Amino acid sequence: MRTEHDAGTAIDAYLQQHETKSLLRFITCGSVDDGKSTLLGRLLYDSKLLFDDQLAALKGDSLRHGTQNGELDFALLVDGLSAEREQGITIDVAYRFFSTERRKFIVADCPGHEQYTRNMATGASTADLAVVLVDARKGLLTQTRRHTYICALLGIRHVLLAVNKMDLIDYSEDVFRSIETDYRELADSMGIAQVSAVPLSALRGENVSSRSDRIGWYDGPSLLERLETVQVAHVVDDVGFRLPVQWVCRPDQNFRGYAGHVVAGCIAPGDEVVVLPSGVRSRVARIVTADGDLPRASLGAAITLTLTDERDISRGDVIVAAAQPPQVADQFAAHLLWMGEAPLLPGRSYWLKIGTRTVSAQVTEIKHKVDVNTQEPLAAKRLELNEVGYCNLSLDHAIAFESYEHCREMGAFILIDRQSNNTVAAGTLNFALRRADNIHWQHMDVDRTARARIKGQAPACLWFTGLSGSGKSTVANLVEKRLHALGYHTCMLDGDNVRHGLNRDLGFTDEDRVENIRRVAEVAKLMVEAGLIVLVSFISPFRSERRMARELFAEGEFREVFVDTPLAICEQRDVKGLYAKARAGEIRNFTGIDSPYERPEQPEVHLETVNHTVEALAEQVTAVLIGHR
Amino acid sequence: MSFTCLLACSCRAGHYANRTAPTRIRTDINGSNMTNFDTLAHTSHLNQLESESIHILREVAAEFRNPVMMYSIGKDSSVLLHLLQKAFYPAPPPIPLLHVDTTWKFREMIAFRDRRAQETGCRLIVHINQDGVAQGIGPFTHGATVHTDVMKTQALKQALDKYQFDAAIGGARRDEEKSRAKERVFSFRNAQHRWDPKSQRPELWNLYNARIAKGESVRVFPLSNWTELDIWLYIYREKIEVPSLYLAAERPVVERDGTLIMVDDERMPLRPGEVPQMRKVRFRTLGCYPLTGAIESEADTLPAVIQEMLVARTSERQGRVIDQDPSASMEKKKQEGYF
Repeated sequence: MRTEHDAGTAIDAYLQQHETKSLLRFITCGSVDDGKSTLLGRLLYDSKLLFDDQLAALKGDSLRHGTQNGELDFALLVDGLSAEREQGITIDVAYRFFSTERRKFIVADCPGHEQYTRNMATGASTADLAVVLVDARKGLLTQTRRHTYICALLGIRHVLLAVNKMDLIDYSEDVFRSIETDYRELADSMGIAQVSAVPLSALRGENVSSRSDRIGWYDGPSLLERLETVQVAHVVDDVGFRLPVQWVCRPDQNFRGYAGHVVAGCIAPGDEVVVLPSGVRSRVARIVTADGDLPRASLGAAITLTLTDERDISRGDVIVAAAQPPQVADQFAAHLLWMGEAPLLPGRSYWLKIGTRTVSAQVTEIKHKVDVNTQEPLAAKRLELNEVGYCNLSLDHAIAFESYEHCREMGAFILIDRQSNNTVAAGTLNFALRRADNIHWQHMDVDRTARARIKGQAPACLWFTGLSGSGKSTVANLVEKRLHALGYHTCMLDGDNVRHGLNRDLGFTDEDRVENIRRVAEVAKLMVEAGLIVLVSFISPFRSERRMARELFAEGEFREVFVDTPLAICEQRDVKGLYAKARAGEIRNFTGIDSPYERPEQPEVHLETVNHTVEALAEQVTAVLIGHR
Repeated sequence: MSFTCLLACSCRAGHYANRTAPTRIRTDINGSNMTNFDTLAHTSHLNQLESESIHILREVAAEFRNPVMMYSIGKDSSVLLHLLQKAFYPAPPPIPLLHVDTTWKFREMIAFRDRRAQETGCRLIVHINQDGVAQGIGPFTHGATVHTDVMKTQALKQALDKYQFDAAIGGARRDEEKSRAKERVFSFRNAQHRWDPKSQRPELWNLYNARIAKGESVRVFPLSNWTELDIWLYIYREKIEVPSLYLAAERPVVERDGTLIMVDDERMPLRPGEVPQMRKVRFRTLGCYPLTGAIESEADTLPAVIQEMLVARTSERQGRVIDQDPSASMEKKKQEGYF
């Protein structure tokens, strides 16, 4: 009984000590061979966090894969994937945990190669501080600049500069000071104000967790001491209460709560709140948790709020302090780090997830891209993998937001590709280009229904897609002739013709093709609103643009007509002689030859042109349209 | 035993309010504007982890059509189940539990599982690979590797296919093993349930990408950032019930190939000269009894277990026979669909 009681008391005391410890999340980054993994392995080893069996495994691995002639190779502790161990490099971010008497640490060990920049960004996005390693023999390298830039971009304001391999330069103070000075200048230019530098040798364990006698001229703390004591208090500016609604809790008729995370400010029952973007007002009734109601909740708390009024609130809405509401907007200036294998194309539609809300978004303009190695602004029409761009962004719905600088959770977003579902960009909102509440839709007394009624028809958009020479225009022409004969009001938008006028400024690159389709889709939409049946005849090779066009229209208004003619036959026909030129290399980016055509997955009308007459195909289209009247 | 928890105090509701607020919030002169200081220094580590995990669980409930929580009865699952109840309170958890039963679990685990499911009101789905049962697959007859593959990995894939789950929540932690240290919180699986460690989706901030095509799925790990110690401290603070196998008691064991194996039922064939002995042992992880090594211990209370762990010199996975395969075996198993 006695020992039990002692253990209980000791654990209580330990728990309390543990509870008061703060948590520091940091990343380690630096060039390929600067020894990041070695440094991290050394920190774990020195803080006695390796268990006997892990140490035994490490000894075995060091003999098998080690790069230290059979000595303990600490890098093997953290490079966990077999491909990494084989190649001796870090591919993806690894998370490690250790703690000292003073603090708990979560370390994200980040890859240094440029091709894995997106993985580094993954690690940096949740870090409070970065340990940037520099090889004392080499000084600042391109990678040092790139990593520091990515850190700055993601809002890391504290850097510990670890000047490693001091043993290989005879512990020279001059070299150290000169690297430190260079780095401070670099960090300063990127807005990183807090830099402290430590000279060390990760391999020998000097100045890592304890100070080294060999570096007598350095009287600062070791790296670990610095990590234990550094103050990373980031003062959140005067942002009021913010709670993005994650999940609506409705166990029965009598309870309706809004579950979420407090991302800024604090809240108490009775406080007046506004729900954005709708703008409805209410008051907080209760702050519900499984441990009982709270008198107050603040930053970081996972809570469920109930309001005094029945309101229509759903996931993605943000509940905010009525006295300090954030801006609501649908157009922004933002920084984007592009992480997709396929390039970012302005005008293409992506999913944008910010907080708990997902909307449709397009980049309307890349103002410039930033060379991540030199930070030079460069003109750009697209962003490739691992490139950073400063862009204008347009959303299909207005959202409540803060600039990333002021509140990470209200200003950070990701873009998701609509086809592959991959996360293709990380972004930070800078400011709104215009306030959504300043633009009003012009209310029209004569609306689309009225216009359609006077014409006695249901407006529609027939979207003909297919390879060049597949017969789109031929079929569309005949369809229009028939509709006209039957008394319908129609209009035809033909790819070639539109390129002579509205789109004469566009070429045939992927970016221009996207813009080409966007403009045509918008024009078609206006015509449908005018009450017309619009026939659009465009190659429109990409699924995502056709989908974007479809989403502009009401349910059932848009009909995709796939004019399906095999490439070989189109090429054989070659009415305009274009395939011959493309094959000869005289035309570039020609669909079907050196630019892809993505077949429609579920077109409303599928025209297999081989072995069918134009009349029969036109009949097939007309039947679908008139059948739908 | 003294359970006077200094943290979970009498005022349990005060985790965020009473204890932390005064140091973190400064009220200005007119008393209405609040300024938040250091967002991390004053929030307790466990509260922060709890809050993050709840956020993840709610994202799963909100974004997936048909999610499930893998319930393996161990301490991590117990913490997950507790968090699941907290995340959706006062509603019952909207996510069912799935236990892949290899038919070789400790008997106590099965009894514990059924009781906890009933007490929490969670829907429990138990899946057994009947093909494996028909073939008589077991750890003694077929070895650890085949048994685990058929009764655990294949069984899990069967269950996920059968019920068409699009998200499966698991209790894995990044501190457990090297390839896990690299895994995302939302870890994408293709239609064959495979993990591709070389092209994981980037995962920034707490913005989890839950979008998948039909047939694909996501494994979700809300305890990614917890350590073994955090798990135990949280169990202690929150008074979470765990199977008593974690506490030392006199149990019948045999020593085999350097590992103490508990003779949990009559299916265990004894080798010549092996006689089960009563020894005071406990388990650091729970799995199939023939594959789970016991350690000799006097720690028969939770505080004593925590204390013992603080001076432990071997990591918890050491007790698992399956991990002694060639290095990086976990990565390989995970690629094939193991949790």
